[in-house]
Amino acid sequence: MSIGPPRIVFDKVSVRFDTPAGGQMHVVDDVSYHIHDREFVSVIGPSGCGKTTMMNIVAGFMQPTAGTVALDGQPISGPGPDRGVIFQEYGVFPWLSVRENIAFGLNLRANRTSPEEREEICQRYMRLMGLSDFADSWPRMLSGGMRQRLALARAYAVKPHFLLMDEPFGALDAQTRTAMQDLLLEVLAAEGKTVMLITHSVEEAVYLSNRIIVMTARPTRIREIIEVPFSYPRREGLHESKEFGELRAHVRGLVMQEYAQQAKQRQS
Amino acid sequence: MRRAALILAPWLALLAGWYGIHYSGLINPALVPTPHEVAKRFVELMRDRLPMDILMSTRRVFLGVLCGIALAVPVGFVLGWYKTIRTFIDPLINFFRALPPIALIPLVIVYFGVDELAKTVILFYASFFAGVIVMYEGISQISPIYVRVARTLGATDGEIFRKVIIPLAVPHMLTALRVALGVAWATLVASELIAAQQGLGALIQNAGSFFQLDIIYVGIICIGFIALLMDLGLRTLARRFVSWQERIA
Ligand SMILES: Nc1ncnc2c1ncn2[C@@H]1O[C@H](COP(=O)(O)OP(=O)(O)OP(=O)(O)O)[C@@H](O)[C@H]1O
Ligand SMILES: [Mg+2]
Repeated sequence: MSIGPPRIVFDKVSVRFDTPAGGQMHVVDDVSYHIHDREFVSVIGPSGCGKTTMMNIVAGFMQPTAGTVALDGQPISGPGPDRGVIFQEYGVFPWLSVRENIAFGLNLRANRTSPEEREEICQRYMRLMGLSDFADSWPRMLSGGMRQRLALARAYAVKPHFLLMDEPFGALDAQTRTAMQDLLLEVLAAEGKTVMLITHSVEEAVYLSNRIIVMTARPTRIREIIEVPFSYPRREGLHESKEFGELRAHVRGLVMQEYAQQAKQRQS
Repeated sequence: MRRAALILAPWLALLAGWYGIHYSGLINPALVPTPHEVAKRFVELMRDRLPMDILMSTRRVFLGVLCGIALAVPVGFVLGWYKTIRTFIDPLINFFRALPPIALIPLVIVYFGVDELAKTVILFYASFFAGVIVMYEGISQISPIYVRVARTLGATDGEIFRKVIIPLAVPHMLTALRVALGVAWATLVASELIAAQQGLGALIQNAGSFFQLDIIYVGIICIGFIALLMDLGLRTLARRFVSWQERIA
């Protein structure tokens, strides 16, 4: 994957939320970074630090309190089909069958496709996600992991250029998780996408990313940006290499420190 | 077989209890007609005025609920969806909802006279306020995530309304309809206090003035059963339309 010019630019972004008690909570503190075209960036940091908040700004669901997030030079003002989002809580449509969920985006005016093409895309993703036997099931009949895969299929189906993924593999068992990671890398190699991935798994971040952004405890700042030197395509065997192990240990150390910091803040 | 027995059992128990009270002597037996007396009276009345009574009452309930729900659905939707509007309108709704329809009868007579319109207005009132509450409570609990997902897939406002909000609102509409029907049947007797000649409420009123207890029982049981049948019908409809739901509320 060759990396292009900056596309998403965080410029001195801060976010504060009003608390029910009438005060304010400082969540994101003066964060600046770039995500380049066809780059895979992972964001990792303690739970509750503000990762989803940052992704919500890129998705267009909220504005920062201060600073800007720009896409191709324009401040982001709302959601759009160029930015596919895989939500932490899936958001699978309960009133549609598995097949209809995947087809939902393809039936919209923004990405209307012919019925044959639509059917082909649905079949393909149901097969890749292991959902073919459940094509006509309601989401309530699926397991948590299956719902998560359905959300992935629904987002991939409309081929957005950007993928904003909020712990997209969190509910999956280790085997399925590896399969989904490799599937994601295949999709990226074939379609050349730009990815912002939020994850709690250091292993996953190192395996998938060009760069890893480690965030501090709240109010979150950038702790360190780590370049991942491995070339694509990446293979399963990479996990066992010495370099991989060293990088993983480094990132894990940073994350652990931030968790310790968070625990200390809670006590005081 | 087992299911049929389980469904019948409470009804049989009710009948047994009824006979028990009649024969126990705890209450003057003249004040409690037996089930078979009531059944006999039912057959007699079916050859006489009862079919017309049932027809009139059902028609009034139908009309009242239809108009009530036709208004309750959009109003409930707006109140549920726009939290700010709701904050201001909510007390108003609760004010009117608390007024028992019977208390409004004198006013309704003044403004709408004593014929069909007046009765329909009372039923409309009752079903509107019952329906609107169910509707907006339901709508306000819809998770915003589905709208967000649809937006990120490229849906326009119109598409979000048709493909996300309507499907999510349908179950609440059906529940509102069921609740409104129940309330409307409960209000029926009150609405037919307004100089009705026909209708189950009128039948009960008349029988009351002549102390014909068996007829009163026939009227009450008819109301109960018709309401039950309508509810069953609606639930079947709901099962068909919202089979995606875990459980039909
Ligand atoms: N809309 C909101 N209003 C008020 N506070 C909010 C809102 N959204 C998030 N927060 C607060 O901001 C902080 C960061 O939330 P966020 O969801 O971004 O965390 P996160 O890093 O994604 O955590 P996790 O890893 O557990 O998903 C939390 O303390 C949360 O309570
Ligand atoms: Mg989160």
